[in-house]
Amino acid sequence: MDLGFTPEELAFRDEARHFFTTAVPKSIRDKVVEGEGLTKDDLVTSQRVLNSRNWATVNWPVAVGGQDWSPVQVYLFQDEMQLAHVPQPIAFNVSMVGPVIAQFGNAEQKARFLPKTANADIFWCQGFSEPGSGSDLASLRTRAELKDDKYVVNGQKTWTTLAQYADWIFCLVRTDTAAKAQEGISFLLIDMKTPGITVRPIVTIDGGREVNEVFFDNVEVPAENLVGQENKGWDYAKFLLGNERTGIARVGMSKAKVIRIKELAALEFAGERPLIEDARFQEKLAAVEIELKALEMTQLRVVADERKMAKGRQNPASSILKLKGSVIQQQLTELLMEVVGPYVLPYQRDFDGNNEPTVGPEYATEAAPMYFNYRKVSIYGGSNEIQRNIIAKAILGL
Amino acid sequence: MDFDLTEDQRLLKESVDRLIGDQYGFAQRKGYATEAPGWSAKMWAQFAEMGLLGLPFEEAHGGFGGGPVETMIVMETFGRGLVLEPFFATVVLGGGLLRRAGSAALQAALIPQVTAGKLKLAFAHVERQSRYNLADVTTTARKSGSGYVLDGAKSVVLHGDCADKIFVTARISGDRRDRDGVGLFLTDAGAPGVTRRGYPTQDGLRAAEITLTGVRADAVSENALPAVEHVIDEAIAALCAEAVGTMQVMHDTTLDYLKTRKQFGRLIGSFQVLQHRSVDMLVALEGARSMAMFAAVMASEENPIERRKSISAAKVQIGRSGKHVGQEAIQLHGGIGMTQEYSVGHFFKRMTMIEQMYGSADDHLAILARLGGLFGKAKAA
Repeated sequence: MDLGFTPEELAFRDEARHFFTTAVPKSIRDKVVEGEGLTKDDLVTSQRVLNSRNWATVNWPVAVGGQDWSPVQVYLFQDEMQLAHVPQPIAFNVSMVGPVIAQFGNAEQKARFLPKTANADIFWCQGFSEPGSGSDLASLRTRAELKDDKYVVNGQKTWTTLAQYADWIFCLVRTDTAAKAQEGISFLLIDMKTPGITVRPIVTIDGGREVNEVFFDNVEVPAENLVGQENKGWDYAKFLLGNERTGIARVGMSKAKVIRIKELAALEFAGERPLIEDARFQEKLAAVEIELKALEMTQLRVVADERKMAKGRQNPASSILKLKGSVIQQQLTELLMEVVGPYVLPYQRDFDGNNEPTVGPEYATEAAPMYFNYRKVSIYGGSNEIQRNIIAKAILGL
Repeated sequence: MDFDLTEDQRLLKESVDRLIGDQYGFAQRKGYATEAPGWSAKMWAQFAEMGLLGLPFEEAHGGFGGGPVETMIVMETFGRGLVLEPFFATVVLGGGLLRRAGSAALQAALIPQVTAGKLKLAFAHVERQSRYNLADVTTTARKSGSGYVLDGAKSVVLHGDCADKIFVTARISGDRRDRDGVGLFLTDAGAPGVTRRGYPTQDGLRAAEITLTGVRADAVSENALPAVEHVIDEAIAALCAEAVGTMQVMHDTTLDYLKTRKQFGRLIGSFQVLQHRSVDMLVALEGARSMAMFAAVMASEENPIERRKSISAAKVQIGRSGKHVGQEAIQLHGGIGMTQEYSVGHFFKRMTMIEQMYGSADDHLAILARLGGLFGKAKAA
């Protein structure tokens, strides 16, 4: 048992650190530090920098632009990226639809979509959830009927993150209403410019516009945009959801938040002394740090196991990562609010382009919105209750 | 980075697992507990035969040459058996003090005896007022000729009732809590002026109150605190591993129960509320296991601040996970979990005692917090 890294791994880590902190524009990374919303342009720019050396899609098969890295390299890569405040590559492109097309798409689809997906020339969004189908996703009802060489799509998707930026949407649609719920679903790629699609924003409690409703009214989709086989979409969706694995713990991101909280708590005062010297605050932060260290160790155990396991198999401990990782991320946003104290109150999200001076310190403005926004982390990607159901069944055999 | 065991470690684990699996069932343990010293002499001889009593000692002294990872392997399995024998007191504490504070001559004289199972050790450091502060020592050591004379009283000396020789901290100079001036001494348990009162502990092990009245003893070290602290850090890492073993059993036993117990005409494990609580036990267990590994790796760290922070972090995690797993194990069993005749309560009791040894989760959280936490720039001590 040895927690050190090999000289090669350390060299790789330094290379990654150097790249992230020099090649990715500081203006974008600073926004991540401050918790400011990123524009579409920020996300695309950052991803293109990564893609310039094939680092946007490291999780893809090598043949389509991925990296044949060891799990340790992947871990170090993610950790450094998050510590350097580099935005994650667009998840819909890189973690979700890209691997599905690479695995189940035909040659034409791969050639047509993968390079543009890697380079963020296409910005994807995900059409899975529906108003009546959240945790029970397989009950989805958006209908796609094949007429000649076109699918005609009718229905509604919801919680569609960044649909306002998206060029394309990958959708789960019902192609067989007679079959069992899971067996009548297909995986369809739809151009967002197709007539009949309407996007309506949903404003979340932080005041932000991240998610949307997407309506489909007789939207005609060429049959060639079907991925894999008709009615096999549920298998592809499960493949997609199982792909996130260790990255979901967001250990590096939380480490960066801890460090940020310490910096800011040194600037704020609790009585005569900086807040960072307040024993009660120190203990609250240390308690989260311990949870984070335990999570990091658990993630490293999963990473180490992955090296030995057949590709595609999943260590049961990985489902624990999301459960713990999400709660830790949320706890850190609470602590950040605590740091800024009364300056948590002013609502200063600048939707109308007014140029009023900031009330209180700049770093205080996003503390409350981030806290509100991060309540989503234990809900999306399979709520923590669903994660517990999965662990109970798959690991505990209950 | 590597979590794999070496070939030697794997063999060690297999043999200890087999020993505990075959010879340390719950009923067998009950039998050992009724033997005269409160544990099994036959088992102790077997530990010696297997080389376990020489685990942390250099091969030059006839030891196994193991480090904290080997200790972790053995202690985790011992945790699963709720081992009663004085392995922790003799090998982890006593052996640690021998290794880190003992002269070459003392090591050469005693290690072979410990390894052979002929010499049991204990460490007397707790005093009525000291709580967990190792520097808080009022027992005095007065220079007399080439040696010292010790006077004072030590409490809750683990397996102090059966030890042949006892390490004692005593103050040579300075005030009650000064870090300097704490000496480490070794006395025969039967030396004139040593009186012992042995008693059982809540978890079925043994301890003793020890009074020292004009006891003549040689100094092992005259400025012993750094070495003592390192040994206690190693001891905490060992207890973390033992705790993981106890938690593993509580988790497994509870899961079995959920899969066999029926109420309302169904297995109770089919109820979602119990499934989720069972998952949370698993999450707590895995967090503890991760931090016990972290503690094992960091136990040999020479930078005392880095080591202290890491070990404290592990002790916090173990304490919190242990309390959660233990309390839930009892609750999910219901009435049967409350009984002496059922196993799970005994694991719960051991886990609960571990939480109160060498500082509780809250004590260690305060230590870690004062030292600036785990991430980011290290703070000067």
